[in-house]
Amino acid sequence: MFPRIVYESFRRQARRKVLAGIAITLGVAVATAMIAVATDIGDKINRELRSYGANLVVTPQEDTLDVEIGGVNLKPPSDGAFLNEADLPKIRGTFWHHNIVGFSPMLPVTVKLGGSSAKDVTLLGTYFNKALSFGKDDFTTGVRITHPWWKVACGDGKESPNCGWPADDSQNILLGERLATKLSQKPGDTIEVAGRQLTISGILSTGGAEDDQIVAPLALAQQILGKPGAVRRVYVSAMTKPPDALSARDPKTMTPEVYDRWYCSPYVESIAYQLQEVIPHSHAEQIRQVAQNEGTVLSRIKGLMLLVTLAALFASALAVSAAMATAIYERRVEVGLMKALGAGNLAVSAIFFAEALLLALAGGLAGFSAGALLAHQIGRSIFNSQISIEPVLFPIIMTIAVFVTFAGSAAAIRRAVKFDPVFALRGEG
Amino acid sequence: MPGSLHTPKQVADRRAGSPHTSMFVRMLIRAAVLRRGRAASALLAMIVAAAVATAMMNLYVDVQAKLRTEFRSYGANVVIVAKDGQSLPTDALAKVESVLGAKTLAVPFSYAVARTHDGQSVVVVGTDFARARRLNHWWKVSRWPGAPNEALIGMRAANVVSPNHQPFELSFQGKVIQLAPAGMLQTGAGEDSRIYLDQSEFQSWTGVAPSTIEVAANGTAVEVEASIRQLAQVLPAAEIRPVRQIMEGEANVLNKTRATLYASATLVVLTSALCVLATLIGWVLDRRRDFAIMKALGASERLINGFFATEAAALGVVGAIVGFFIGIGVAAWIGRANFHAPVVPRFSVLPYVLAGSVAVALISAILPIGLLRRVQPAMILRGE
Repeated sequence: MFPRIVYESFRRQARRKVLAGIAITLGVAVATAMIAVATDIGDKINRELRSYGANLVVTPQEDTLDVEIGGVNLKPPSDGAFLNEADLPKIRGTFWHHNIVGFSPMLPVTVKLGGSSAKDVTLLGTYFNKALSFGKDDFTTGVRITHPWWKVACGDGKESPNCGWPADDSQNILLGERLATKLSQKPGDTIEVAGRQLTISGILSTGGAEDDQIVAPLALAQQILGKPGAVRRVYVSAMTKPPDALSARDPKTMTPEVYDRWYCSPYVESIAYQLQEVIPHSHAEQIRQVAQNEGTVLSRIKGLMLLVTLAALFASALAVSAAMATAIYERRVEVGLMKALGAGNLAVSAIFFAEALLLALAGGLAGFSAGALLAHQIGRSIFNSQISIEPVLFPIIMTIAVFVTFAGSAAAIRRAVKFDPVFALRGEG
Repeated sequence: MPGSLHTPKQVADRRAGSPHTSMFVRMLIRAAVLRRGRAASALLAMIVAAAVATAMMNLYVDVQAKLRTEFRSYGANVVIVAKDGQSLPTDALAKVESVLGAKTLAVPFSYAVARTHDGQSVVVVGTDFARARRLNHWWKVSRWPGAPNEALIGMRAANVVSPNHQPFELSFQGKVIQLAPAGMLQTGAGEDSRIYLDQSEFQSWTGVAPSTIEVAANGTAVEVEASIRQLAQVLPAAEIRPVRQIMEGEANVLNKTRATLYASATLVVLTSALCVLATLIGWVLDRRRDFAIMKALGASERLINGFFATEAAALGVVGAIVGFFIGIGVAAWIGRANFHAPVVPRFSVLPYVLAGSVAVALISAILPIGLLRRVQPAMILRGE
């Protein structure tokens, strides 16, 4: 009898059931999309924060002081220690290599320009977009990834085969914006640098010290300096976890368990520690301007999205319970009839809860799929990347859907059951 | 006896004595008073929806300003540099502050290369410590200098000049100065190799005036551009550059956050509108007997529509106003909890919330009336 009542109720009142089902579907869809976005927003914003540039710098352990004002290096060129370029691909071998977005080696060399102006200029050797491999892992890295605000302009504003970012194995260079104006050079010209004729492949604009410098492929800078494989420092851009009480502790004072937890969390400190492990004789340090602030910004945005998600969950819970309450309130006559025929409160409630359960499961399933689609759309249109729905979210969402539907129906069911059957049947309510 | 107050004569007397209110108004009021439970639940739905919508709109407007303040902790976004190694005019800092207002943070820096006692070169910087401290939150400083001839020493510079935290001397063009280390500075960047001194001490020692001013300009990208143009006018001898790294990073993160918040706010507002719609439709459908009785007593279609529409509009207005204030409270709480600064209430949102609430209420009243209009009043009254 019980299944038949429920079945007939769905068959005969299909329109009402569809309305309640739609409300549940919409509510669950919004909840799913918001939870998916909120759980993924940290990772997404972390990637956007990488546009502030590298947050770690690796220098030789035995380095001498930098003597540099406004980007002009005043130190004798061969002074100080160097890192070995051959060690760099090992950065991809660290525990957190998936979190390392990119790295760029830097080798500043003071050079003399030929021609009329025999002035000293800094030539900076680096990777632009260099293809490297570590083990079976092929990847590209360089300033185009770690320094996204660097822009290369050509005279006519368009990139052509002769103008743009130089290849990493070429003898072409980029000329800083202000230096180019000073020397009145343009892309395609050749310029004598340290006795070599080099082609300018573009004008570099960074808004920083590089605007007064020449930027060249690393190999070229090494040739000019006469030190193959030398690198002065390496900038590393890594996605990190905001600092907390554990991150600030000194690994030397930790117990083995705490140390493992610290080592296996992507704190900027633990990534720096791991970089030091793979690059011999190096010292890795966080660039505090970038590293410290991104933690603050990230936790603010995550906190905001969490609160907004709570608001969304609250609103969709209300919408579902309002729809259920309306649907049940309309069926008091039925309740009156059932009770007049001798049904107990429990039996009547059971029927309504069974119906609510079916509605919640159907609406929850449809809502979950719709919400996944919605999250996907949000990810695509805002972040240009996938927002992945964790499979573990499905049972959680279904539980929430059933719980909210039950909670929303409970008050209405109680009122419907308490209603005097005589009044209900007489149609007075 | 309370029952005796309800004999027809007494009721008629009481009504005759009371001030005359039109039937229309009386119907509205009695409908709200007599069906308190249902009216209250409809009103509650309206209030909650309006509150959520208000909170989201307030947040959407205010969060951008809040986040921009957070981004200012990244430090200067505009740098003023004297051309070709000269110094800036002595009134440059005052000019910058008069253009951008006293609230903007501007910090002067002057640079010189000094020699340590064993002949090593080290960059010495003169600055205003109080300002630098406010601009560069990320500087990790063990102790800021306070006494005369105290210096702030970068981590790496300390290993050279004062490894055991002892006083040291520096010479610049033959002039020697005795300095005591106050604290260590750690930033992970160029600052680690430098020694920082108070500007006036630095200037009396080296005679070098500030050559750089770092500015944290507030406001949107357009406002910062405008500030840069203004600065270029008052300081023609200097070069004014935006710090692209900071400006572009900020714009990027802010745009994405704003877009996400917009999408979320839209979803939340739509869901709460749906909630109101469901509740109000139920409420109106529930009162089809009132509708039938009115019709049976000869009320015109226009009157009935007007009655339900007025009722819905009244509900929308009351719900919107109460919800608006609750929503402002929620937004302020979120601001305090997340940004440690309250979100300023924006009354400009009120008209939108009001219009939206009334519109949703009207839609949810008129939809079911359209359905009921086709039904014979007798059918409803018979309970079919």
